Amino acid sequence: MSIRLHNISKHFGKTRALEPVDLDIAEGELVGLLGPSGSGKTTLLRIIAGLESPDLKPAGRIQFGDRDVTHLHVRDRRIGFVFQHYALFRHMTVYDNVAFGLSVMPRKNRPSSGEIRSRVYRLLEMVQLEQMANRYPAQLSGGQQQRVSLARALALRPDVLLLDEPFGALDAKVRQELRRWLRQLHDELNFTSLFVTHDQEEALELSDRVVVMSNGRIEQIDAPDTLYRQPANRFVFEFLSDVNLLEGTVRNGVLTCGNARLAVDLADGAEELLMRPHEVELREVPSAAAHLPVTVTAISPVGAEVRVELAADWMAEPWLATISHTDYERLELRRGARLYAVPRRWHRFPAAGRAEQHVSLALAS
Amino acid sequence: MQRIGDAPALRRLLIGSAMALAALFLLLPLVAIFVQAFAQGVGVFWTNVSDHYTLAAIRLTLLIALATIPVCLVFGVALAWLVTRFEFPGRRLLQTLIDIPFAVSPVVAGLVYLLLYGRNGWLGNWLDGNDIQLMFAWPGILMVTIFVTCPFVARELIPLMQAQGSREEEAAVTLGAPGWTIFRRVTLPNIRWALLYGVILTNARAVGEFGAVSVVSGAIRGQTNTLPLHLEQLYQDYNAVGAFASASLLALIALLTLAAKASLEWRTARREDHP
Amino acid sequence: MSAPSLPFALGSTPKRVLPGFGLSLGISLTFVSLMLLLPMTGLVGQLAGLSLAEYWAIITDERVVASYVVTIGAAAVASILNAMFGLLLAWVLVRYEFPGKRLLDALMDLPFALPTAVAGITLATLYSSNGWMGQLLEPLGFQVAYTWVGIALAMAFTSIPFVVRTVQPVLEDMPHEMDEAALTLGASDATGFRRVILPHLWPALMTGTGLGFVRSLGEFGAIIFIAGNMPYQTEITSLMIFVRLQEYDYAGASAIASVILFVSLALLFAINVWQGRFIKRLHGGHG
Repeated sequence: MSIRLHNISKHFGKTRALEPVDLDIAEGELVGLLGPSGSGKTTLLRIIAGLESPDLKPAGRIQFGDRDVTHLHVRDRRIGFVFQHYALFRHMTVYDNVAFGLSVMPRKNRPSSGEIRSRVYRLLEMVQLEQMANRYPAQLSGGQQQRVSLARALALRPDVLLLDEPFGALDAKVRQELRRWLRQLHDELNFTSLFVTHDQEEALELSDRVVVMSNGRIEQIDAPDTLYRQPANRFVFEFLSDVNLLEGTVRNGVLTCGNARLAVDLADGAEELLMRPHEVELREVPSAAAHLPVTVTAISPVGAEVRVELAADWMAEPWLATISHTDYERLELRRGARLYAVPRRWHRFPAAGRAEQHVSLALAS
Repeated sequence: MQRIGDAPALRRLLIGSAMALAALFLLLPLVAIFVQAFAQGVGVFWTNVSDHYTLAAIRLTLLIALATIPVCLVFGVALAWLVTRFEFPGRRLLQTLIDIPFAVSPVVAGLVYLLLYGRNGWLGNWLDGNDIQLMFAWPGILMVTIFVTCPFVARELIPLMQAQGSREEEAAVTLGAPGWTIFRRVTLPNIRWALLYGVILTNARAVGEFGAVSVVSGAIRGQTNTLPLHLEQLYQDYNAVGAFASASLLALIALLTLAAKASLEWRTARREDHP
Repeated sequence: MSAPSLPFALGSTPKRVLPGFGLSLGISLTFVSLMLLLPMTGLVGQLAGLSLAEYWAIITDERVVASYVVTIGAAAVASILNAMFGLLLAWVLVRYEFPGKRLLDALMDLPFALPTAVAGITLATLYSSNGWMGQLLEPLGFQVAYTWVGIALAMAFTSIPFVVRTVQPVLEDMPHEMDEAALTLGASDATGFRRVILPHLWPALMTGTGLGFVRSLGEFGAIIFIAGNMPYQTEITSLMIFVRLQEYDYAGASAIASVILFVSLALLFAINVWQGRFIKRLHGGHG
């Protein structure tokens, strides 16, 4: 079922948590709400669930498919909600937790106890916990508890599944596993899901589309690769990965900052250029276009690449470059080595109103 | 935020019933005490309060409370320090033992003291031979009062000190602070409000104890009558106004206790909000 | 540096980092022995003087048995009322904001702070036939003073804070996600309360009620004024001890006291064990 928000805003007392927001989510989509804490993502999710009510003025509208649910109580919205800290009923067994939604239905709609039983066991099988049916939540690991919580939310066959930082409380390995598993489940059952996260990697890996939020505002809604390639503004750019900043003055097509120089095709004036770590190459000699002397201050091999921390007088903050192991070996990198950084590509986000600019540089050696 | 029981009608109904219940069940008796005490005017109230026997009862009651508090304080702090800072066999048992005074009927408490120290008891015999009288005299009243009030300070301190753990004290030890300094400079500032609250509760109970004291006091007017015993006698003598005059003094102490508690809680809550 | 040599016999474990073990142990043991345990020997001594048959005769005396029935019956009624009203008061104090809330909260401790004798004469005066409440209730056929209803009332008064103050913190600590989870799963207010909230509060509610029940069994000062103290009808067990004492029947008083003591301690022990089991289930403990 599609979700459609129109003009939804929220104040808590005098603080504004959400500016008027519009959002359309298609049926069957898996959408991530990404943003730092305080960005309003959880508030938005809870408003969709009906756990918070949006401001009455300006009047907004929430639709599930054709259904206007704006004034519908949470218990009548037919949503499944998964909480960050699982929120399992501690005094009930796993079975009773999953069966809860079915067993509290009004008598006339309630399935027979046999049917409840078979549905609960099917769900437990799906989350691979049928052996645990008679355990209490306190006897399960965090990952298992979150799977129970998911089974419980799915028991009522909700139109919409909402997840509030579902993997936030789990350790890295379990989180990875559950992510993949949620994606599979989503593709299999094809419900519409919306999840909140502050982890950009999680949002990019899991979602069909990502909604980036900050300060109660939606900054950008796009598919992960578009988001990464064409961030709408500097906030999105900076939030999605580590960023290296080059700040200086342009004169006659050369940006200068202390003893650093970079040839750019820009008008004269102060400029800020941004680069992602993998867009910075390290060399033993400067290129024709770039003269950016740096000193290596730290080296850490992480998985497929090597992260190199760089310092120089002309930087406000240390830079980060990620290079391949091959390059690492070729350059014989060590701490204290003096090298030259050569950007492959840079980005600039002029003051609001004008389009951003992404420039790839020809790598003349 | 949506919570169970949020519907406005239900909410009003529940708040209304709670208020009505509290008014009828708790507030009305409180008001009645003062209304009865002043039923025949301030003059009669004053005559009753400044009566020779009443003054003697007030004096004894205050003395008993004053003597009880330091004993309970020392014991409470020592016990709380012991069970929250050290592991040793019998720790759980000790913690259970100090709950006995809470569970035992005060009359039973008075009785066991009477049996031991009274003329029939094995210690009492010896005391009698040496011309020492504990029962039906103030030492007996003091002893049973200490018995019924001794858990209060410890009960306030133990959960708090358990929650705080001993890391700060251990840090002080590594910095070379001697024992008393650790207690005074590190522990005491952390527990002072709980300690004060324990003292207030101890005082309230010490001043108001009736069952245990009535067994061991002998209720000799002007000598071994505490205020609660005194008001009982007045009440049995059909001097209701006199009884309620004394009762109003005790009720006043109770009100001060409640006010002190509320302000201590408010202070703690405020400190938690702005650490 | 060698292990610190501690000036007491138990100091064979060198791991005690903090000072004061000997001192605090000394004070605590001295106090517990002198104030709590030594006096118990007096009771034991008295009881030792009785043969089993004599003991049995005293504690099963018709008038004493009648007092058990009155005490336990009234305490049971008081506890049931307290469980309901205490839960209501705790709920209102935790879940709602309203003017006068802090006053109501402070008022909850009144029964603990008010001397029992004061409560006793006040309740007796209020509910006697010419008291404020008595005047209202007696024409309707409710006789409270000098009946077991009055005893139950006095017991409820002195022990209601136990329920309120035990349930309140548990309700406060209950995460709001519990409510929300129940609501997102379609539970009505009534179902959500019955199936999610009440089970969560149950251990605290039972503990508070149990403590109140124990307190009611031993309560004396608040009751004797309103009870009327009619033998076989409105005499509580604590009063029976008093009556025996006034007859200088120390052995009789001791025998009855031993029954109260045993029942109270057994209940206290049971509450502790029961509470421990619940806590274990809700907070881990595998298997």
